[in-house]
Amino acid sequence: MSFFSFGQSAQIDIVLNDAETRKKAEHKTEDGKVDQYFLFYDGDTVSGKVNITLKNPAKRLEHQGIRIEFIGKIELYYDRGNNYEFVSLVKDLAQPGELTQSRTFDFEFTNVEKPYEAYTGQNVKLRYFLRVTVSRRLNDISKEMDIVVHTLSMYPELNSSIKMEVGIEDCLHIEFEYNKSKYHLKDVIVGKIYFLLVRIKIRHMEINIIKREMTGTGTNVYHENDTIAKYEIMDGAPVRGESIPIRLFLAGYEITPTMRGINKKYSVRYYLNLVLIDEEERRYFKQQEITLWRRGDVVRKSMSHQAAIASQRFESSSSDEKALAHAQAKEQ
Amino acid sequence: MSDPTVADTRRLNSKPQDLTDAYGPPSNFLEIDVYDPQTIGVGRNRFTTYEVRMQTNLPIFKLKDSVVRRRYSDFEWLKNELERDSKIVVPPLPGKALKRQLPFRGDEGIFEDSFIEERRVGLEQFINRLAGHPLAQNERCLHMFLQDESIDRNYIPGKVRQ
Repeated sequence: MSFFSFGQSAQIDIVLNDAETRKKAEHKTEDGKVDQYFLFYDGDTVSGKVNITLKNPAKRLEHQGIRIEFIGKIELYYDRGNNYEFVSLVKDLAQPGELTQSRTFDFEFTNVEKPYEAYTGQNVKLRYFLRVTVSRRLNDISKEMDIVVHTLSMYPELNSSIKMEVGIEDCLHIEFEYNKSKYHLKDVIVGKIYFLLVRIKIRHMEINIIKREMTGTGTNVYHENDTIAKYEIMDGAPVRGESIPIRLFLAGYEITPTMRGINKKYSVRYYLNLVLIDEEERRYFKQQEITLWRRGDVVRKSMSHQAAIASQRFESSSSDEKALAHAQAKEQ
Repeated sequence: MSDPTVADTRRLNSKPQDLTDAYGPPSNFLEIDVYDPQTIGVGRNRFTTYEVRMQTNLPIFKLKDSVVRRRYSDFEWLKNELERDSKIVVPPLPGKALKRQLPFRGDEGIFEDSFIEERRVGLEQFINRLAGHPLAQNERCLHMFLQDESIDRNYIPGKVRQ
Protein backbone atom coordinates (compact mmCIF):
# COMPACT_ATOMS: atom_id res chain seq x y z
CA MET A 1 0.00 0.00 0.00
CA SER A 2 2.39 2.70 1.18
CA PHE A 3 5.90 2.30 -0.22
CA PHE A 4 7.36 5.12 1.81
CA SER A 5 8.71 4.08 5.16
CA PHE A 6 8.86 7.62 6.48
CA GLY A 7 5.65 9.30 7.53
CA GLN A 8 3.00 7.65 9.62
CA SER A 9 0.72 4.76 8.91
CA ALA A 10 -1.95 3.05 10.95
CA GLN A 11 -3.56 -0.33 11.41
CA ILE A 12 -7.35 -0.46 11.33
CA ASP A 13 -9.35 -3.14 13.12
CA ILE A 14 -13.11 -3.49 13.06
CA VAL A 15 -14.68 -5.33 15.99
CA LEU A 16 -18.41 -5.99 16.23
CA ASN A 17 -20.19 -5.42 19.53
CA ASP A 18 -21.90 -8.82 19.37
CA ALA A 19 -18.84 -10.72 18.10
CA GLU A 20 -19.17 -13.21 20.97
CA THR A 21 -22.82 -14.07 20.43
CA ARG A 22 -23.37 -13.61 16.72
CA LYS A 23 -23.39 -16.76 14.62
CA LYS A 24 -20.96 -17.30 11.76
CA ALA A 25 -21.73 -18.88 8.44
CA GLU A 26 -19.52 -20.50 5.84
CA HIS A 27 -19.24 -18.73 2.51
CA LYS A 28 -17.19 -19.41 -0.57
CA THR A 29 -14.84 -16.72 -1.86
CA GLU A 30 -14.26 -15.98 -5.53
CA ASP A 31 -11.22 -18.27 -5.70
CA GLY A 32 -13.13 -21.18 -4.20
CA LYS A 33 -11.86 -20.98 -0.63
CA VAL A 34 -14.44 -21.45 2.12
CA ASP A 35 -14.31 -19.05 5.07
CA GLN A 36 -16.39 -18.15 8.11
CA TYR A 37 -18.09 -14.77 8.29
CA PHE A 38 -20.48 -13.12 10.75
CA LEU A 39 -24.08 -13.82 9.78
CA PHE A 40 -26.64 -11.03 9.53
CA TYR A 41 -30.28 -10.86 8.55
CA ASP A 42 -32.36 -8.11 7.01
CA GLY A 43 -33.08 -5.44 9.62
CA ASP A 44 -30.20 -6.39 11.94
CA THR A 45 -28.24 -3.53 13.44
CA VAL A 46 -24.54 -3.50 12.59
CA SER A 47 -22.60 -1.90 15.43
CA GLY A 48 -19.13 -2.10 16.83
CA LYS A 49 -15.83 -0.35 17.35
CA VAL A 50 -13.07 0.77 15.01
CA ASN A 51 -9.59 0.59 16.51
CA ILE A 52 -6.99 2.73 14.79
CA THR A 53 -3.50 1.84 15.99
CA LEU A 54 -0.62 4.11 14.99
CA LYS A 55 2.29 2.12 13.56
CA ASN A 56 4.80 4.66 14.84
CA PRO A 57 3.60 5.74 18.29
CA ALA A 58 5.85 8.78 18.41
CA LYS A 59 4.56 10.46 15.23
CA ARG A 60 1.21 12.08 14.52
CA LEU A 61 -1.19 10.86 11.83
CA GLU A 62 -2.57 13.71 9.73
CA HIS A 63 -5.81 12.88 7.91
CA GLN A 64 -8.60 14.42 5.87
CA GLY A 65 -11.34 12.60 7.79
CA ILE A 66 -12.16 9.12 9.00
CA ARG A 67 -15.39 7.45 8.00
CA ILE A 68 -17.03 4.04 8.03
CA GLU A 69 -19.36 2.74 5.34
CA PHE A 70 -21.77 -0.17 5.16
CA ILE A 71 -22.04 -1.29 1.56
CA GLY A 72 -24.05 -3.91 -0.25
CA LYS A 73 -22.98 -4.32 -3.85
CA ILE A 74 -23.22 -6.53 -6.90
CA GLU A 75 -20.06 -7.23 -8.87
CA LEU A 76 -20.33 -8.61 -12.38
CA TYR A 77 -17.03 -10.32 -13.18
CA TYR A 78 -17.10 -9.26 -16.82
CA ASP A 79 -17.93 -5.66 -15.94
CA ARG A 80 -15.89 -4.79 -12.88
CA GLY A 81 -15.58 -1.16 -13.81
CA ASN A 82 -19.18 -0.47 -12.95
CA ASN A 83 -20.35 -0.43 -9.35
CA TYR A 84 -23.85 -1.53 -8.48
CA GLU A 85 -24.26 -0.51 -4.85
CA PHE A 86 -27.79 -1.16 -3.67
CA VAL A 87 -27.05 -0.32 -0.03
CA SER A 88 -24.66 2.51 0.85
CA LEU A 89 -24.55 4.03 4.32
CA VAL A 90 -21.87 6.32 5.71
CA LYS A 91 -20.98 7.46 9.19
CA ASP A 92 -18.26 10.03 9.81
CA LEU A 93 -16.01 9.00 12.65
CA ALA A 94 -13.65 11.95 12.71
CA GLN A 95 -13.43 15.39 11.06
CA PRO A 96 -10.16 16.25 9.21
CA GLY A 97 -7.39 16.67 11.75
CA GLU A 98 -4.71 14.57 13.29
CA LEU A 99 -4.39 11.61 15.60
CA THR A 100 -1.69 11.85 18.23
CA GLN A 101 -2.31 8.42 19.67
CA SER A 102 -4.20 5.22 18.85
CA ARG A 103 -7.93 5.67 19.20
CA THR A 104 -11.16 3.69 19.21
CA PHE A 105 -14.33 4.93 17.55
CA ASP A 106 -17.86 3.56 18.09
CA PHE A 107 -20.22 3.09 15.18
CA GLU A 108 -23.78 1.90 14.70
CA PHE A 109 -25.83 1.32 11.59
CA THR A 110 -29.33 0.80 12.96
CA ASN A 111 -31.79 -1.67 11.45
CA VAL A 112 -29.95 -1.89 8.14
CA GLU A 113 -31.90 -3.13 5.14
CA LYS A 114 -30.22 -6.14 3.58
CA PRO A 115 -32.68 -7.16 0.91
CA TYR A 116 -30.67 -9.84 -0.89
CA GLU A 117 -28.68 -12.89 0.13
CA ALA A 118 -24.88 -12.75 -0.19
CA TYR A 119 -23.84 -14.86 -3.17
CA THR A 120 -20.57 -15.83 -4.81
CA GLY A 121 -21.15 -17.32 -8.21
CA GLN A 122 -19.32 -18.03 -11.44
CA ASN A 123 -19.98 -14.70 -13.12
CA VAL A 124 -21.37 -12.53 -10.38
CA LYS A 125 -20.88 -11.78 -6.70
CA LEU A 126 -23.14 -10.01 -4.24
CA ARG A 127 -21.46 -8.97 -1.02
CA TYR A 128 -21.99 -6.85 2.05
CA PHE A 129 -19.07 -5.27 3.87
CA LEU A 130 -17.95 -2.57 6.30
CA ARG A 131 -15.23 -0.26 5.06
CA VAL A 132 -13.25 2.13 7.22
CA THR A 133 -11.33 4.84 5.35
CA VAL A 134 -8.73 7.22 6.76
CA SER A 135 -8.47 9.86 4.03
CA ARG A 136 -5.08 11.37 3.41
CA ARG A 137 -3.57 13.66 0.79
CA LEU A 138 -1.50 11.07 -1.04
CA ASN A 139 -3.03 7.72 -0.22
CA ASP A 140 -5.94 6.58 1.94
CA ILE A 141 -5.69 3.84 4.49
CA SER A 142 -8.70 1.55 4.38
CA LYS A 143 -9.90 -1.76 5.80
CA GLU A 144 -12.80 -3.89 4.70
CA MET A 145 -14.70 -6.53 6.65
CA ASP A 146 -17.08 -8.81 4.77
CA ILE A 147 -20.23 -10.16 6.35
CA VAL A 148 -22.63 -12.78 5.12
CA VAL A 149 -26.36 -12.15 4.79
CA HIS A 150 -29.01 -14.86 4.57
CA THR A 151 -32.57 -14.21 3.45
CA LEU A 152 -35.21 -16.24 5.26
CA SER A 153 -38.64 -17.33 4.13
CA MET A 154 -41.65 -18.81 5.87
CA TYR A 155 -43.22 -22.10 4.92
CA PRO A 156 -45.05 -21.39 1.64
CA GLU A 157 -48.82 -21.44 1.92
CA LEU A 158 -49.16 -23.05 -1.48
CA ASN A 159 -46.77 -25.90 -2.26
CA SER A 160 -48.33 -28.13 -4.88
CA SER A 161 -46.69 -31.32 -6.04
CA ILE A 162 -45.23 -31.69 -9.51
CA LYS A 163 -46.86 -34.50 -11.47
CA MET A 164 -46.42 -35.08 -15.20
CA GLU A 165 -46.65 -37.73 -17.89
CA VAL A 166 -43.89 -37.57 -20.50
CA GLY A 167 -42.33 -39.80 -23.07
CA ILE A 168 -41.50 -40.74 -26.62
CA GLU A 169 -44.46 -41.97 -28.62
CA ASP A 170 -44.68 -45.77 -28.69
CA CYS A 171 -41.24 -46.12 -27.07
CA LEU A 172 -41.22 -44.84 -23.50
CA HIS A 173 -43.95 -43.36 -21.34
CA ILE A 174 -43.34 -42.40 -17.73
CA GLU A 175 -45.25 -40.50 -15.11
CA PHE A 176 -43.06 -38.68 -12.61
CA GLU A 177 -44.12 -37.02 -9.39
CA TYR A 178 -42.25 -34.88 -6.88
CA ASN A 179 -44.03 -34.25 -3.58
CA LYS A 180 -43.47 -30.46 -3.61
CA SER A 181 -42.51 -27.65 -5.96
CA LYS A 182 -40.82 -25.56 -3.24
CA TYR A 183 -38.14 -27.15 -1.07
CA HIS A 184 -36.14 -25.61 1.77
CA LEU A 185 -32.38 -26.12 1.86
CA LYS A 186 -32.51 -29.00 4.37
CA ASP A 187 -35.55 -30.63 2.85
CA VAL A 188 -36.01 -34.05 1.27
CA ILE A 189 -37.22 -34.55 -2.27
CA VAL A 190 -39.70 -37.42 -2.13
CA GLY A 191 -41.06 -38.65 -5.42
CA LYS A 192 -41.70 -41.56 -7.71
CA ILE A 193 -41.33 -42.60 -11.31
CA TYR A 194 -44.07 -44.82 -12.73
CA PHE A 195 -43.43 -46.70 -15.99
CA LEU A 196 -46.38 -46.86 -18.37
CA LEU A 197 -44.60 -48.14 -21.47
CA VAL A 198 -41.06 -49.45 -21.83
CA ARG A 199 -40.00 -50.45 -25.33
CA ILE A 200 -36.35 -49.47 -24.94
CA LYS A 201 -33.64 -51.25 -22.96
CA ILE A 202 -33.01 -49.07 -19.95
CA ARG A 203 -29.84 -49.68 -17.98
CA HIS A 204 -30.21 -47.16 -15.19
CA MET A 205 -31.90 -43.97 -14.11
CA GLU A 206 -30.57 -41.01 -12.14
CA ILE A 207 -31.75 -37.67 -10.89
CA ASN A 208 -29.54 -34.59 -11.12
CA ILE A 209 -29.80 -31.18 -9.49
CA ILE A 210 -28.76 -28.46 -11.92
CA LYS A 211 -27.98 -24.90 -10.90
CA ARG A 212 -28.36 -22.26 -13.58
CA GLU A 213 -26.85 -18.83 -13.05
CA MET A 214 -27.97 -16.14 -15.50
CA THR A 215 -26.15 -12.82 -15.37
CA GLY A 216 -26.44 -9.64 -17.34
CA THR A 217 -29.01 -8.13 -19.65
CA GLY A 218 -29.31 -7.28 -23.30
CA THR A 219 -26.25 -8.27 -25.32
CA ASN A 220 -24.19 -9.40 -22.32
CA VAL A 221 -26.06 -12.42 -21.05
CA TYR A 222 -24.15 -15.29 -19.51
CA HIS A 223 -25.60 -18.69 -18.63
CA GLU A 224 -23.68 -21.02 -16.37
CA ASN A 225 -25.00 -24.54 -15.85
CA ASP A 226 -23.61 -26.57 -13.01
CA THR A 227 -24.62 -30.10 -12.03
CA ILE A 228 -24.68 -29.90 -8.25
CA ALA A 229 -25.74 -33.48 -7.60
CA LYS A 230 -26.01 -36.81 -9.41
CA TYR A 231 -27.98 -39.47 -7.64
CA GLU A 232 -28.73 -42.89 -9.12
CA ILE A 233 -32.26 -43.99 -8.27
CA MET A 234 -32.56 -47.16 -10.32
CA ASP A 235 -30.13 -49.81 -11.57
CA GLY A 236 -31.52 -52.30 -14.06
CA ALA A 237 -34.34 -52.59 -16.57
CA PRO A 238 -37.87 -51.66 -15.48
CA VAL A 239 -41.07 -53.01 -17.02
CA ARG A 240 -44.56 -51.61 -17.31
CA GLY A 241 -46.31 -50.93 -14.03
CA GLU A 242 -43.13 -50.55 -12.03
CA SER A 243 -42.83 -47.68 -9.58
CA ILE A 244 -39.40 -46.40 -8.55
CA PRO A 245 -39.20 -44.28 -5.37
CA ILE A 246 -37.07 -41.15 -5.02
CA ARG A 247 -35.70 -39.87 -1.74
CA LEU A 248 -33.06 -37.20 -2.14
CA PHE A 249 -31.75 -35.34 0.93
CA LEU A 250 -30.79 -31.79 0.02
CA ALA A 251 -28.77 -31.00 3.15
CA GLY A 252 -25.61 -32.58 1.78
CA TYR A 253 -25.33 -30.41 -1.31
CA GLU A 254 -23.95 -26.95 -1.96
CA ILE A 255 -27.16 -25.11 -2.77
CA THR A 256 -28.49 -21.59 -2.25
CA PRO A 257 -32.06 -20.29 -2.27
CA THR A 258 -33.60 -19.62 -5.68
CA MET A 259 -32.88 -16.00 -6.63
CA ARG A 260 -34.92 -14.32 -9.35
CA GLY A 261 -33.92 -11.05 -10.94
CA ILE A 262 -31.74 -9.78 -8.10
CA ASN A 263 -31.63 -6.03 -8.60
CA LYS A 264 -32.41 -6.91 -12.25
CA LYS A 265 -28.82 -8.14 -12.58
CA TYR A 266 -28.81 -11.92 -12.10
CA SER A 267 -30.82 -15.03 -11.31
CA VAL A 268 -29.94 -18.35 -9.77
CA ARG A 269 -32.43 -21.13 -10.44
CA TYR A 270 -32.49 -24.83 -9.73
CA TYR A 271 -33.79 -27.71 -11.81
CA LEU A 272 -34.35 -31.40 -11.22
CA ASN A 273 -33.19 -33.40 -14.22
CA LEU A 274 -34.48 -36.93 -14.52
CA VAL A 275 -32.17 -38.96 -16.78
CA LEU A 276 -32.74 -42.45 -18.16
CA ILE A 277 -29.82 -44.18 -19.84
CA ASP A 278 -30.29 -47.14 -22.16
CA GLU A 279 -27.91 -49.93 -23.03
CA GLU A 280 -26.38 -47.99 -25.90
CA GLU A 281 -25.63 -44.97 -23.67
CA ARG A 282 -28.49 -42.97 -25.16
CA ARG A 283 -29.88 -40.47 -22.64
CA TYR A 284 -33.54 -39.57 -22.25
CA PHE A 285 -34.21 -36.70 -19.88
CA LYS A 286 -36.84 -34.39 -18.45
CA GLN A 287 -35.97 -31.16 -16.64
CA GLN A 288 -38.23 -29.52 -14.10
CA GLU A 289 -37.67 -26.31 -12.17
CA ILE A 290 -37.96 -26.33 -8.38
CA THR A 291 -37.88 -23.39 -6.00
CA LEU A 292 -35.40 -23.54 -3.13
CA TRP A 293 -35.86 -21.35 -0.05
CA ARG A 294 -34.07 -20.83 3.23
CA ARG A 295 -35.94 -21.76 6.37
CA GLY A 296 -35.22 -19.75 9.52
CA ASP A 297 -33.20 -21.76 12.00
CA VAL A 298 -34.86 -23.03 15.13
CA VAL A 299 -35.48 -19.89 17.21
CA ARG A 300 -33.55 -19.60 20.45
CA LYS A 301 -34.72 -17.64 23.47
CA SER A 302 -31.89 -15.12 23.09
CA MET A 303 -32.78 -14.25 19.51
CA SER A 304 -32.85 -10.54 19.01
CA HIS A 305 -36.03 -8.67 18.30
CA GLN A 306 -34.71 -7.47 14.96
CA ALA A 307 -34.08 -10.97 13.67
CA ALA A 308 -37.63 -11.92 14.63
CA ILE A 309 -38.93 -9.04 12.55
CA ALA A 310 -36.63 -10.00 9.68
CA SER A 311 -37.77 -13.60 9.46
CA GLN A 312 -41.39 -12.48 9.56
CA ARG A 313 -40.87 -9.92 6.85
CA PHE A 314 -41.26 -12.47 4.06
CA GLU A 315 -44.70 -13.85 3.24
CA SER A 316 -46.07 -12.22 6.37
CA SER A 317 -49.65 -13.07 7.19
CA SER A 318 -51.45 -13.95 10.39
CA SER A 319 -51.09 -17.70 9.79
CA ASP A 320 -47.35 -17.32 9.21
CA GLU A 321 -46.88 -15.46 12.48
CA LYS A 322 -48.73 -18.25 14.21
CA ALA A 323 -46.39 -20.79 12.57
CA LEU A 324 -43.32 -18.89 13.75
CA ALA A 325 -44.75 -18.57 17.25
CA HIS A 326 -45.52 -22.29 17.24
CA ALA A 327 -41.91 -23.11 16.21
CA GLN A 328 -40.57 -20.81 18.93
CA ALA A 329 -42.83 -22.37 21.55
CA LYS A 330 -41.80 -25.90 20.57
CA GLU A 331 -38.11 -25.24 21.05
CA GLN A 332 -38.37 -23.44 24.37
CA MET B 1 -46.75 -32.79 8.63
CA SER B 2 -46.98 -32.86 12.41
CA ASP B 3 -43.36 -32.16 13.45
CA PRO B 4 -41.72 -29.48 11.30
CA THR B 5 -38.21 -30.43 12.45
CA VAL B 6 -38.29 -34.01 11.12
CA ALA B 7 -38.77 -34.38 7.38
CA ASP B 8 -41.57 -36.56 6.04
CA THR B 9 -39.77 -39.12 3.89
CA ARG B 10 -42.57 -41.63 3.40
CA ARG B 11 -42.95 -42.98 -0.12
CA LEU B 12 -45.64 -41.58 -2.34
CA ASN B 13 -48.62 -43.83 -2.96
CA SER B 14 -48.39 -45.88 -6.12
CA LYS B 15 -50.59 -48.43 -7.77
CA PRO B 16 -49.48 -52.01 -7.17
CA GLN B 17 -48.00 -53.64 -10.24
CA ASP B 18 -50.13 -56.12 -12.16
CA LEU B 19 -48.55 -59.58 -11.85
CA THR B 20 -48.84 -60.24 -15.58
CA ASP B 21 -46.78 -57.10 -16.14
CA ALA B 22 -44.28 -58.02 -13.45
CA TYR B 23 -43.66 -61.56 -14.67
CA GLY B 24 -44.56 -61.21 -18.34
CA PRO B 25 -42.05 -60.96 -21.16
CA PRO B 26 -40.52 -57.48 -21.45
CA SER B 27 -41.85 -55.35 -24.31
CA ASN B 28 -38.36 -54.24 -25.37
CA PHE B 29 -37.10 -57.55 -26.79
CA LEU B 30 -34.85 -56.90 -29.80
CA GLU B 31 -31.99 -59.15 -30.87
CA ILE B 32 -30.16 -59.14 -34.15
CA ASP B 33 -27.56 -61.77 -35.04
CA VAL B 34 -25.05 -61.35 -37.86
CA TYR B 35 -23.54 -64.77 -38.67
CA ASP B 36 -22.77 -67.42 -41.28
CA PRO B 37 -20.43 -65.50 -43.60
CA GLN B 38 -20.39 -66.97 -47.13
CA THR B 39 -18.03 -65.91 -49.89
CA ILE B 40 -19.82 -65.99 -53.23
CA GLY B 41 -18.33 -65.86 -56.74
CA VAL B 42 -14.84 -66.45 -58.13
CA GLY B 43 -11.64 -64.52 -58.64
CA ARG B 44 -11.90 -60.78 -58.62
CA ASN B 45 -15.71 -60.74 -58.44
CA ARG B 46 -15.97 -62.41 -55.08
CA PHE B 47 -17.83 -60.88 -52.14
CA THR B 48 -18.93 -62.01 -48.70
CA THR B 49 -22.52 -62.04 -47.46
CA TYR B 50 -23.73 -62.43 -43.91
CA GLU B 51 -27.02 -63.72 -42.56
CA VAL B 52 -28.88 -61.06 -40.56
CA ARG B 53 -31.52 -62.52 -38.27
CA MET B 54 -33.80 -60.25 -36.27
CA GLN B 55 -36.05 -61.39 -33.42
CA THR B 56 -38.24 -58.83 -31.71
CA ASN B 57 -41.55 -58.11 -30.06
CA LEU B 58 -41.57 -54.37 -30.83
CA PRO B 59 -44.81 -53.54 -32.60
CA ILE B 60 -43.12 -51.14 -35.02
CA PHE B 61 -41.50 -54.05 -36.88
CA LYS B 62 -43.90 -55.92 -39.14
CA LEU B 63 -42.18 -59.29 -38.77
CA LYS B 64 -41.33 -60.66 -35.34
CA ASP B 65 -38.73 -63.00 -36.82
CA SER B 66 -36.91 -62.28 -40.07
CA VAL B 67 -33.83 -63.55 -41.87
CA VAL B 68 -32.07 -61.82 -44.77
CA ARG B 69 -28.65 -61.93 -46.44
CA ARG B 70 -26.62 -58.74 -46.62
CA ARG B 71 -23.14 -57.71 -47.72
CA TYR B 72 -20.89 -54.91 -46.43
CA SER B 73 -21.99 -52.40 -49.08
CA ASP B 74 -25.61 -52.91 -47.96
CA PHE B 75 -24.60 -51.82 -44.45
CA GLU B 76 -22.84 -48.82 -45.97
CA TRP B 77 -25.98 -47.93 -47.91
CA LEU B 78 -28.03 -48.04 -44.70
CA LYS B 79 -25.55 -45.81 -42.86
CA ASN B 80 -25.60 -43.22 -45.66
CA GLU B 81 -29.40 -43.20 -45.90
CA LEU B 82 -29.74 -42.59 -42.16
CA GLU B 83 -27.03 -39.95 -42.05
CA ARG B 84 -28.85 -38.05 -44.78
CA ASP B 85 -32.46 -38.44 -43.68
CA SER B 86 -32.51 -38.76 -39.93
CA LYS B 87 -31.15 -36.50 -37.21
CA ILE B 88 -29.39 -39.25 -35.33
CA VAL B 89 -25.68 -39.80 -34.92
CA VAL B 90 -25.15 -43.10 -36.70
CA PRO B 91 -22.78 -45.53 -34.97
CA PRO B 92 -19.54 -46.33 -36.83
CA LEU B 93 -19.17 -49.25 -39.21
CA PRO B 94 -16.14 -51.55 -39.09
CA GLY B 95 -13.43 -50.40 -41.47
CA LYS B 96 -13.60 -50.53 -45.27
CA ALA B 97 -10.19 -52.26 -45.41
CA LEU B 98 -9.08 -50.80 -48.76
CA LYS B 99 -5.50 -51.82 -48.10
CA ARG B 100 -6.60 -55.41 -47.93
CA GLN B 101 -8.08 -55.13 -51.44
CA LEU B 102 -4.72 -54.23 -53.06
CA PRO B 103 -2.94 -56.94 -55.05
CA PHE B 104 0.29 -58.72 -54.09
CA ARG B 105 -0.72 -59.47 -50.53
CA GLY B 106 0.67 -62.48 -48.72
CA ASP B 107 -2.76 -63.48 -47.35
CA GLU B 108 -6.33 -63.76 -48.60
CA GLY B 109 -6.98 -60.01 -48.12
CA ILE B 110 -10.62 -59.34 -47.36
CA PHE B 111 -11.43 -63.04 -47.54
CA GLU B 112 -9.06 -63.89 -44.72
CA ASP B 113 -10.97 -65.77 -42.00
CA SER B 114 -9.79 -63.61 -39.14
CA PHE B 115 -10.74 -60.42 -41.00
CA ILE B 116 -14.20 -61.71 -41.84
CA GLU B 117 -14.77 -62.60 -38.19
CA GLU B 118 -13.63 -59.14 -37.08
CA ARG B 119 -15.96 -57.55 -39.59
CA ARG B 120 -18.86 -59.79 -38.58
CA VAL B 121 -18.55 -58.70 -34.96
CA GLY B 122 -18.40 -55.03 -35.96
CA LEU B 123 -21.47 -55.34 -38.20
CA GLU B 124 -23.41 -57.09 -35.45
CA GLN B 125 -22.61 -54.30 -32.97
CA PHE B 126 -23.49 -51.68 -35.58
CA ILE B 127 -26.92 -53.05 -36.46
CA ASN B 128 -27.91 -53.76 -32.85
CA ARG B 129 -27.01 -50.24 -31.79
CA LEU B 130 -28.88 -48.76 -34.69
CA ALA B 131 -32.05 -50.84 -34.57
CA GLY B 132 -32.59 -49.97 -30.89
CA HIS B 133 -32.62 -46.23 -31.60
CA PRO B 134 -36.21 -44.92 -31.37
CA LEU B 135 -35.63 -42.42 -34.20
CA ALA B 136 -33.97 -44.94 -36.50
CA GLN B 137 -36.95 -47.26 -36.03
CA ASN B 138 -39.09 -44.65 -37.80
CA GLU B 139 -37.06 -44.82 -41.02
CA ARG B 140 -38.25 -46.89 -43.98
CA CYS B 141 -34.68 -47.79 -44.96
CA LEU B 142 -34.01 -49.61 -41.69
CA HIS B 143 -37.12 -51.77 -42.07
CA MET B 144 -36.25 -52.55 -45.66
CA PHE B 145 -32.70 -53.50 -44.67
CA LEU B 146 -33.82 -55.83 -41.88
CA GLN B 147 -37.00 -57.38 -43.21
CA ASP B 148 -37.25 -57.13 -47.01
CA GLU B 149 -35.75 -59.90 -49.13
CA SER B 150 -33.62 -57.45 -51.10
CA ILE B 151 -32.85 -53.79 -50.91
CA ASP B 152 -34.46 -51.62 -53.54
CA ARG B 153 -32.00 -48.80 -54.03
CA ASN B 154 -34.59 -46.85 -55.96
CA TYR B 155 -36.99 -46.78 -53.05
CA ILE B 156 -38.67 -43.60 -51.87
CA PRO B 157 -37.14 -42.61 -48.53
CA GLY B 158 -39.59 -41.82 -45.77
CA LYS B 159 -40.90 -42.54 -42.32
CA VAL B 160 -42.80 -45.59 -41.11
CA ARG B 161 -46.19 -45.05 -39.53
CA GLN B 162 -47.61 -47.57 -37.08
